Amino acid sequence: MLELFEGALPVEDILARWYKDESTQNYGAFIPFIGTVRDEDNIEGLSFDIYEPILNSWFDAWQEKAKAQGAWLKMAHSKGDVLLHESSYIAAVFSPKRRVALEMIDEFVEDFKASAPIWKYDLLAGKRVYAEDRSTAIKGSGVLA
Amino acid sequence: MVTVEFLGPIGQKPLNMNASTLADVATELQKNEALKIWLESAAVAVNDVMVADLSFKLKDGDKVSLLPPVCGG
Repeated sequence: MLELFEGALPVEDILARWYKDESTQNYGAFIPFIGTVRDEDNIEGLSFDIYEPILNSWFDAWQEKAKAQGAWLKMAHSKGDVLLHESSYIAAVFSPKRRVALEMIDEFVEDFKASAPIWKYDLLAGKRVYAEDRSTAIKGSGVLA
Repeated sequence: MVTVEFLGPIGQKPLNMNASTLADVATELQKNEALKIWLESAAVAVNDVMVADLSFKLKDGDKVSLLPPVCGG
């Protein structure tokens, strides 16, 4: 399940809802990862663009992989501006036993960083500045060069 | 005729062009100085499916998307 929100994520609401939704599904482990905007390099916050069609297909492929291991994925991400100390990203894995979820949250978040079609900008003096130095070229990039 | 769209920070309006393969799209985009700088780092999707093959055949109405380096989270 993939959820997109305008602006900062309502983290407590999302986590409480996800916990409740899966509480009777017999999962022994629920492992969330929450990404929060840090105060650094004089930024006022971050801002995000998302290309939803490919994000959806990327996520669906991961959900199939999770299902094959008896697990279930949930993810929430912000669009637009997210200010300091607010959160823009939650990923979570539910699984019958802890080991699958612990390993999958690591693999899922790393692949998210490398592949999900989301672009990050620093908010600096009211302007959006592409975070080029922290961005990763998607596998297969450069084919048109 | 295919449409080429530029996602995220590339910040260019979509272009329509005649192209029968991705190689034709590459040739056309390499002529554009503002776009050329993105070609080395951009990935490509055709009709929202990632493609990394210059010989990929295009048909009338296809949508080609350029995806620059990403950083979600």
